[in-house]
Amino acid sequence: MSVDLNRKILDASKLTLILDRLASQLFENHNDFSNTVIIGIQPRGKILSKKIKSLLEINFGIKNIKLGFLDITFFRDDFGREKKVLNANKTSIDFIIENKTVVLIDDVLYTGRSVTAALSALQTFGRPSKVELLSLIDRRFSRHLPIQPDYCGSQVDAINDQRVMVKWKETDGEDSVYLYIKNNGK
Amino acid sequence: MGNKLSVSNLLGIKYLNESDINLIFETARNFKEVINRKIKKVPSLRDITIANLFFEDSTRTKISFELAQKRLSADVINFSSSSSSISKGETLSDTVNNILSMKVDMVILRHPSPGASVFLANNIDSCIVNAGDGCHEHPTQALLDSFTLNEKLSQLNGKKIIIVGDILHSRVALSNIFVFKKLGAEVKVCGPKSLIPKFIKNLGVDYEPNLEKALNWCDVASMLRVQNERMSQSYFPSTREYAKEYGLDKEKLLKLDKKIIITHPGPINRGVELSSDVIDSGKTVILDQVENGVAIRMAVMYLLASRL
Repeated sequence: MSVDLNRKILDASKLTLILDRLASQLFENHNDFSNTVIIGIQPRGKILSKKIKSLLEINFGIKNIKLGFLDITFFRDDFGREKKVLNANKTSIDFIIENKTVVLIDDVLYTGRSVTAALSALQTFGRPSKVELLSLIDRRFSRHLPIQPDYCGSQVDAINDQRVMVKWKETDGEDSVYLYIKNNGK
Repeated sequence: MGNKLSVSNLLGIKYLNESDINLIFETARNFKEVINRKIKKVPSLRDITIANLFFEDSTRTKISFELAQKRLSADVINFSSSSSSISKGETLSDTVNNILSMKVDMVILRHPSPGASVFLANNIDSCIVNAGDGCHEHPTQALLDSFTLNEKLSQLNGKKIIIVGDILHSRVALSNIFVFKKLGAEVKVCGPKSLIPKFIKNLGVDYEPNLEKALNWCDVASMLRVQNERMSQSYFPSTREYAKEYGLDKEKLLKLDKKIIITHPGPINRGVELSSDVIDSGKTVILDQVENGVAIRMAVMYLLASRL
């Protein structure tokens, strides 16, 4: 018996609901965002953070939300341990995060190592008063480090051979989330 | 652009392909952003040890490499031949092998003999970065020069670059010719005929004896230092005559009806290849080159270390 392990776990309509909910939760806690900034973790948190920002603007009329993108490549703890070279992406944070609340945004929270690297990288821009984490997908039970999201779109239970792929219309042609076996298409 | 270098040592630009050069540029752009932060350090190379072996005097290159290593959190040991056992007759490969047995991962080598880094790479098992070998190559200088020009001109493809001065003794000239050609620029050299290598045309480079004509032709003038320390005989009648014919001064620049970019790898012989009024006019990109040098060297060591 064969089981198809490549499957769509969220479609566009469900994703829209989830993103609206996440934006509402952020609005509830941060009100007008006068002391809060949003930072998307490069590369996959970039589009998500842009979407969240635009939902906050459209749904709640918040203006002047500060959005930056943080590359964590040089702060990762697996340098020289993986066969592939870690290529960097652009960091663009043109505001001060000192004494601000930072909402870090990434698409999938898996082992927690990317978030740890992001916390180290963030320190090079100042000392934020508080850092929160928003993840679209939380792969619970897979953590290597004690990191938990403050805002979570959906929880997924997956085995280690499986990967979660978040696709966006802008880059991948559709808004969806897939669960697939590593090195197996999709 | 690939995601890793095609080489495991940086011995010269000759051994790199265009994709390698673009990867180094892309990585250097990210490091440049890092070194302009308030906290300029990243932990990438925290478990890498790098030895700087300088068998020849250096200010900029040595400081730049060391700063780049420290910004990457690498452990650094410095060696200069004047205070070492070289004076007791130890050979280059023995010296390096002894240093490597102390578990050093990467060697940055500056040496007066052309081909020293290639020799070392063939004889020892370590990652070597050539920081200048005699009259041969100085790849990181060429990378930072072309990176700086790339920033100013957005691309080098189709641009016209004149390299002026002591082409014969200059490792920067050779590395720059390679890198400019690989990035699609047109290159000419200019200087006294006695300082132009006989077979320069074999590199696909034309010789222009007249500096004014050369300046009118080019988008970029790359001025080189007259390397008195490498000259065993007199290659031109006098420094004054050299400065008059091949030195760039305000007068020659004012005659031009266009803006050109002026580079110099340093150290400058003020009043010889560049006059003080040109250097201090802010029209050169010399200090941009120095700033970019740290980012380029961070990129090179980061990309090579990830192959260790």
